[in-house]
Amino acid sequence: MRINLDINGQNHDLEVDPRTTLLDALRTHIGLTGTKKGCDHGQCGACTVMLDGRRVNSCMTLACMTEGSSVTTIEGIGSPENLSTLQREFVAHDGFQCGYCTPGQICSATAMLEEIRQGWPSHASANLEGPFDLSHEEIAERMSGNLCRCAAYSNIIDAIKAAADASKSQETVA
Amino acid sequence: MKEFVYSRASGLSDLTAGATIIAGGTNLLDLMKHEVMTPEHLIDINGLGYDQIEEQADGLRIGSLVRNSDLAAHPLVRNRYPVLSRALLAGASGQLRNMATTGGNMLQRTRCPYFYDTRMDCNKREPGSGCAAIGGITRNHAIFGTSDQCIATHPGDMAIALRALDAMVEIDGKRPRTVPFADFHLLPGDTPHIETVLEPGDIITAVTLPAPVVGEHRYRKVRDRASYAFALVSVAAIIAMDQGRISHAALAFGGVSHKPWRDPAVEDMLLGQTPSADLFAKAADLLLEDAKGHEGNEFKIPMLRRTLMAVLHDTTGMELTA
Repeated sequence: MRINLDINGQNHDLEVDPRTTLLDALRTHIGLTGTKKGCDHGQCGACTVMLDGRRVNSCMTLACMTEGSSVTTIEGIGSPENLSTLQREFVAHDGFQCGYCTPGQICSATAMLEEIRQGWPSHASANLEGPFDLSHEEIAERMSGNLCRCAAYSNIIDAIKAAADASKSQETVA
Repeated sequence: MKEFVYSRASGLSDLTAGATIIAGGTNLLDLMKHEVMTPEHLIDINGLGYDQIEEQADGLRIGSLVRNSDLAAHPLVRNRYPVLSRALLAGASGQLRNMATTGGNMLQRTRCPYFYDTRMDCNKREPGSGCAAIGGITRNHAIFGTSDQCIATHPGDMAIALRALDAMVEIDGKRPRTVPFADFHLLPGDTPHIETVLEPGDIITAVTLPAPVVGEHRYRKVRDRASYAFALVSVAAIIAMDQGRISHAALAFGGVSHKPWRDPAVEDMLLGQTPSADLFAKAADLLLEDAKGHEGNEFKIPMLRRTLMAVLHDTTGMELTA
């Protein structure tokens, strides 16, 4: 069936079998291989993308159900010449070893920081009404849908914390 | 994944009885990839608009397409029904909560490994084939309401809170009706493949909550890792006190049965009483009187006891003593 969706600001018209996941559409139909296939069952988070601004597992989403949506993948977040704040901090803090989970980690963290700006609580929040300080526990809980088999977790958490602090001080300057 | 026909519903008349409804898809697609479920026709209901949370004179009406993350973060839910926010936030991951819907979450299937493995006997997947879990690895299986046909658990967190909150389920179809949450899920009995009272062609349109109970709301979940894991046991509790006595007690239990488990006799024992360690121990004894372990899950009996005791101490402001 034919679907039309916006991917990283570009309009795409695709012909897909209804069984095609958004993950497979991105990787094999469009050639955006930054999004990774890990478990293909919604358990590891390597395939995380943003669908209409929200993080989702693209392996657990049928492409045909995303008709008319807008998708942001790691390719839409930054480029080697123009890294996003999170990407820069992942490099600075060594937030990876093999790097396979990293696109998913960064897409997930990008959306997660927006969830905090929206005031969403988490399981780790002492108070459902906030304030939500970006403690180790808060970040670990909010990022629990992204596994890292190299176990670079402590550096990933440091990178996310640094990116959040950087954007906060930027907001203060602005 | 087996081939299927995909279509989008624009109204109730598009829901044909033989078709399988898809909303968030977080559980259904996984089961389709494993070929545990092989629908021939998928109907996408995301366009039906059941995505509102509305305040009502005597409670809250939650559309069945409201996403788990929106429900958990909704100001009225956080403020008046915190046990529901807490249960939702204890479940799945940030990514899955953004996709999973209220209706779909209630209908999620068991995570019994024998149900997932199509080479194994399973009366739920293939009625009459037997139950490979009985006598097998039973770490995540039920201790209440089992049958010799099935010992699977309902894996949800949200549903446990909805049970404690005395929610109602609005169903549309040939016979529109409203069903108490208590009656919505079924015990396995001789028909473990029939999990709810839904009939072919039915659709859940909303869940309604009665007026909130002002008191202590808790959702305590014990699991194998700190986050993103199913409950070994969980307790949803709403406890109110009046002049030093328990004036409201609603306790629902997850990870222990084919449906969200609740025992009115336990609540009756607590009502009107002054909290004490002795009272709580008697309540736990009563709750666990009918619990039955299957080797690998015997540990759930003392674990549920301790979790209940901890929640009762916490909600009544009593110090927990060893």
